[in-house]
Amino acid sequence: MFYRENGQFKSSYRADQQILPIAQDRIAMLVLLLVAFIVVPLGVSDYWMRAILTPFLILSLAALGLNILVGYCGQISLGTGAFMAVGAYAAYNFQVRIDGMPLIASLLLGGLCATVIGVLFGIPSLRIKGLYLAVATLAAQFFTDWAFLRIQWFTNNSSSGSVSVAGLNVFGVPIESPVQKYLFCLAFVVVFALLAKNLVRSAIGREWMAMRDMDVAAAVIGIRPVYAKLTAFAVSSFIVGVAGALWGFIHLGAWEPAAFSIDRSFQLLFMVIIGGLGSIMGSFFGAAFIVLLPLFLNQLPSWLGFSISTALASHLETMIFGALIVFFLIVEPHGLARLWSTAKEKLRLWPFPH
Amino acid sequence: MGFFLETLFGGLMVGMLYSLIAIGFVLIYKASGVFNFAQGAMVLFAALAMARFAEWFPLWFGFQSLILANILAFIAAMAVMIVVAWLIERLALSKLVNQEGITLLMATLGIAYFLDGLGQTIFGNDIYKIDVGMPKEPLMVLQGTFEGGLLLSQEDLVAALVSAALVVVLAVFFQKTATGRALRAVADDHQAAQSIGIPLSRIWVIVWSVAGFSALVAGIIWGSKLGVQFSLSLVALKALPVVILGGLTSIPGAIIGGLLIGVGEKLSEIYLGPMLGGGIEIWFAYVLALVFLLVRPQGLFGEKIIDRV
Repeated sequence: MFYRENGQFKSSYRADQQILPIAQDRIAMLVLLLVAFIVVPLGVSDYWMRAILTPFLILSLAALGLNILVGYCGQISLGTGAFMAVGAYAAYNFQVRIDGMPLIASLLLGGLCATVIGVLFGIPSLRIKGLYLAVATLAAQFFTDWAFLRIQWFTNNSSSGSVSVAGLNVFGVPIESPVQKYLFCLAFVVVFALLAKNLVRSAIGREWMAMRDMDVAAAVIGIRPVYAKLTAFAVSSFIVGVAGALWGFIHLGAWEPAAFSIDRSFQLLFMVIIGGLGSIMGSFFGAAFIVLLPLFLNQLPSWLGFSISTALASHLETMIFGALIVFFLIVEPHGLARLWSTAKEKLRLWPFPH
Repeated sequence: MGFFLETLFGGLMVGMLYSLIAIGFVLIYKASGVFNFAQGAMVLFAALAMARFAEWFPLWFGFQSLILANILAFIAAMAVMIVVAWLIERLALSKLVNQEGITLLMATLGIAYFLDGLGQTIFGNDIYKIDVGMPKEPLMVLQGTFEGGLLLSQEDLVAALVSAALVVVLAVFFQKTATGRALRAVADDHQAAQSIGIPLSRIWVIVWSVAGFSALVAGIIWGSKLGVQFSLSLVALKALPVVILGGLTSIPGAIIGGLLIGVGEKLSEIYLGPMLGGGIEIWFAYVLALVFLLVRPQGLFGEKIIDRV
């Protein structure tokens, strides 16, 4: 009843092709942004801000990047953690080695370095695909793990092997308190989500999807596989690299290569699967799900009035993750995003289900 | 020279163990077109079951004999792996028939997580030991030829022999038996195999059980070397480049790939490692496989796939 588009006529291509063609969606999005930018910083405790919302935002960004590669272009990657690490360490080096480097510039330059590495490791995708590629991207993972641990230059010869950043500020405004960090990440995520959404709607995005659906057929109709695949790798690893830099700089503050281990890669892949392959919105759903699930599982026993050991809890967590992934792949391969759009379809008819 | 040969042999032995795990991958890929990421988790699960049953049975039934405990534990662990195979087929794979390779790969990732969690929930998460009486003392050979002779680990030799025997058995099974033929048919084309009356679900249970068997053997050998603990499931990550190098569909490829990577890893660690800062074992296999893929995307013995629209 409230979500019906009767009477919303489009009289121009512009109106027909906008991101949110339905007025209610636009209002909802506006409200959501207002809540995110104004209500949340005012009303949410520092703990939530620091431990849940900021990681959620950064992981959403990384999942978004991965989704472009896996969901839109169909090139499976198990090396996301590696590209995050490249972004983080490159940004760190820019920050430390160049005096007066603006924070945003070093984050973006970190992303650019990740792009270079991403394209480099994407080159095999021109010859190999699917399962072989998945293993090839693992090479990136293991190599960067090793490189950032062993090659002193990357960590600016830090004795402990871990690096840290301090005194972050943007145009003189310090990024110190949880609220500032949250807002900083939020701004990044909103801008990148908008860019990504527009990219996948554009010609290049359609090339990626054609490549995903059937690469040989796409090549036959004149899509250059080299260009399509490498741009997907470039865009994806740029976003992932920026997310990695944010993760290191804003969320962790001090980190070592273990922060970007293979587990991180799997975690991001799960976000993409559970959230929805080939959906920008889905990346956020997936990230929210995977960030919140462990919290929920940790709280559940105490709500139900019994306690379990931490070891058992963490095993149960991995089991539930595993089971959920299989469940989603079987029942809803398009993930939470598809559930969301199904719900919207139903709402359009509600309360008359005809 | 002696040192070089020792390194070489060490590499070959480790490579044989990689092959053992790689064979598990190849088996499942050959017979169901699924790239089984859960092989590592299966190795851990099987090894945990074996280690714990061997510990529990003497307590439950009140006997002392180590051999009897090991035999019973082996049978029980194998039974567990068959049940696992059956459950995987029932609950996951049968519902994903004819899906794309990537979907199936991700499903096995989910299965891997589930098995990791389940194994440690049931069997505990400490370090356990498997004692199947493998000889521990190193063996001195060729003392006349070299200064100081060659030091070989008997344990590794036994492991290599067991792997070799397993490979022969599997090769015969695949090439000579009717079930083996059915397995290969399913691997080529699910739908076609189904349409000529090959029961897909039974074939999948069989092949996952066989993979469970090879996981169990690999788990016992690795477990008696390193102890059974979570890191065992990571050994399987070492087997991935082996499979890629050898070709996903070839058992001989898995063996030769394993040997190549085992040897390459050890030699590179010794001779290149000091120049690059050490610890290059972690990525050497992967980069080797990656470079190789650029030249020959289907691997050493893999089948060339020709795309048609």
